[in-house]
Amino acid sequence: SSAAMAALRGRALLAPLGARLRAGLRAPLRSSASAPPLYDVVVSGGGMVGSAMAAVLGHDIHFHDKKIALLEAGPRKEYDHMPDSYSNRVSSISPGSATLLSSCGAWDHVCSLRLKPFRRMQVWDACSEAMIVFEKDDLDDMGYIVENDVIMSALTKQLDAVADRVEIFYRSKAVGYTWPLPSHTCDTSPWVQIELADGRRLQTKLLIGADGHNSVVRKEAEIKNIEHQYDQSAVVATLHLSEATDNNVAWQRFLPTGPIALLPLSDTASSLVWSTSHDHASELLAMDEECFVDSINSAFWSNINHSDFIDTAGAMFRSAISLLNPSGTAVRQLPPSVAKVDPESRAMFPLGMGHATEYVQHRVALIGDAAHRVHPLAGQGVNLGFGDIACLAHHLSAAAFSGSDLGSLKHLLKFETERQRHNVSLIAATDVLKRLYSTTLAPLVLLRTWGLQATNALPPVKVRI
Amino acid sequence: QLSLFRFTVKRPFSTSHSSVDSKEMKKFQLLAHKWWDEEGEYAALHSMNDIRVPFIRDTLLSMSSNYHLGNPLSGIKVLDVGCGGGLLSEPLGRLGASVTGIDPVEDNIRTADRHKSFDPVLAKRIQYKSSSLEEIVEESMETFDVIVASEVVEHVADLEMFIKCCSQVLKPEGSLFITTINKTQLSYVLGIVVAEKIMGIVPEGTHEWEKFVPPEELEHLLESNGFAVKTLKGMLYNPLSGSWSWMESTSLNYAVHAVKAGAGAQPHATDTLPETDIQQRSATAGTA
Repeated sequence: SSAAMAALRGRALLAPLGARLRAGLRAPLRSSASAPPLYDVVVSGGGMVGSAMAAVLGHDIHFHDKKIALLEAGPRKEYDHMPDSYSNRVSSISPGSATLLSSCGAWDHVCSLRLKPFRRMQVWDACSEAMIVFEKDDLDDMGYIVENDVIMSALTKQLDAVADRVEIFYRSKAVGYTWPLPSHTCDTSPWVQIELADGRRLQTKLLIGADGHNSVVRKEAEIKNIEHQYDQSAVVATLHLSEATDNNVAWQRFLPTGPIALLPLSDTASSLVWSTSHDHASELLAMDEECFVDSINSAFWSNINHSDFIDTAGAMFRSAISLLNPSGTAVRQLPPSVAKVDPESRAMFPLGMGHATEYVQHRVALIGDAAHRVHPLAGQGVNLGFGDIACLAHHLSAAAFSGSDLGSLKHLLKFETERQRHNVSLIAATDVLKRLYSTTLAPLVLLRTWGLQATNALPPVKVRI
Repeated sequence: QLSLFRFTVKRPFSTSHSSVDSKEMKKFQLLAHKWWDEEGEYAALHSMNDIRVPFIRDTLLSMSSNYHLGNPLSGIKVLDVGCGGGLLSEPLGRLGASVTGIDPVEDNIRTADRHKSFDPVLAKRIQYKSSSLEEIVEESMETFDVIVASEVVEHVADLEMFIKCCSQVLKPEGSLFITTINKTQLSYVLGIVVAEKIMGIVPEGTHEWEKFVPPEELEHLLESNGFAVKTLKGMLYNPLSGSWSWMESTSLNYAVHAVKAGAGAQPHATDTLPETDIQQRSATAGTA
């Protein structure tokens, strides 16, 4: 709805800064003789996005003399050896994200561990023959499928390399934040106060919330979040293919119950991401391995949802297109068939969508899932987070080189505007796609069939995606 | 059309030999607590940092061969004259400089001291003193690598004395940065009428057009007192966006970078300096 879209976009760009200097202020701290240690930046949340944020800042030349802290609730994980078997949590990394990871030296580690580049993405509908193929003309990689553990291993190494600048607090959950009053009015600390579960306190000039879609930073800052639980869970698993193949294509088929995706891990293995109803997801987890594999193959190969009407209409449209744009109908490749699933690799997690109405406040910024949560169907989740990091790091670096106060809304708002502009349309489009593809109703299927075919035939639109 | 070449017009002498004008002091006293409200009376000065800090930083970096981008002004001793609440001292301190900020209004110094006290790095790098420029000359002869006098010279009583004092406390080949307002019809209309009376960008009564300084006059005074003017650039404030930018014309606000003659060179009371002085660029300029 347009009201929701307007809310999603956050405040008007010309809103006064004063509006962000917090309505619900907390009581000022009593000044104490020994103030808690003061950091220039504290990143709350040590997942892929939080760790990457700390690593990128730590490797930024203008942050050479700054103090950064990373708070992670869990223990430090040692990533010395990658197990032979693949982890079931993987991400599709865009070339832009790879560039960001390169900038802090992490991408080299990823490459030396393991990753799978893919050249092509084939997306099609279960209810029709319509298909769209994404491929880069210049034979460059479209993206990379990387296990999340591999990314974390690489980032941990790069964080260790700048340990003199970045202090990581493991097993440290932040339990309270105290926000500063606007510093010109009082004698109390102008910094954000952070209280950890074990009673330790920190102060910081800028708090970056990278603590996931249930972000505590966001809640404590009283930033409104527009959220929606999908009636879907994602089932993930590591699969072994029937036969070895180049396996450099990412496959996604839209079933009425939700999209099923096969992401290449190696010539013989792929990762499954199957978004479906909660009930079906539980069934998939409970059934024996053979049935599970059969379900997957059937999902990719079966034409049970086709109807003659749609097929005919689709075929007519395709002929029309091939008259106008002969090169506009790509060759349909066939997805690989699955032979078995890695035992213990099946898991499920619920899906939802979320968007914070503001990404920043005085001395606070949100990145990654704390700011926005999307459906995995677009394979964008972590890439949006890495995009946030690239943008925020750019502005913070310039601010540091100008001697500015790092927590100043002036540059934080620039980050927010740039990223909201980028993210909102993608999140909205993903949400629309999800809803559009959740139906077998003929008119909507026809619409998306033609839409998909037309998009496939139109180079400019495809390139933009 | 105003004549801009009025070198022969002398400024009225004040009875005390001081560059500080007590009327001006009173104006700033009233607003001493407003310095750090980024959206308040001093908003335009806050956003001026976006161009004046990079200007100072890049000029000094270009004159130095030995710096680290993580701490670009490390080792440089800066005097911030008329520092007010420390709006310019703090960014320079964050970039690594050792800053001494002086201001005749005690309340300003109090505000500045309090504001820096929460950041241990700044608290060490910046020292504030309630003082006029003349009062520190004796104890600070040739002490500073850089002097910044931003939005100050349009408030001083005796500009030539001010410049002489700057020269005395500056090391040879040290840099002097000045930002101020030109004295033109345009600056009266935009700088006083619009900025003060209509839009309230600047608190009313802050500026007196009579005391604005045309760049030609400033250049002349500088070059007669041992300085070589290296850069003169116009500045423009956009009230809609609240931001500053550089511009060709110096008819409104402008910035100057001047370098004090090196040791051994005699200050000339002529309009042009010998070739050698202008060409002289040493690696020691701008470093401790």
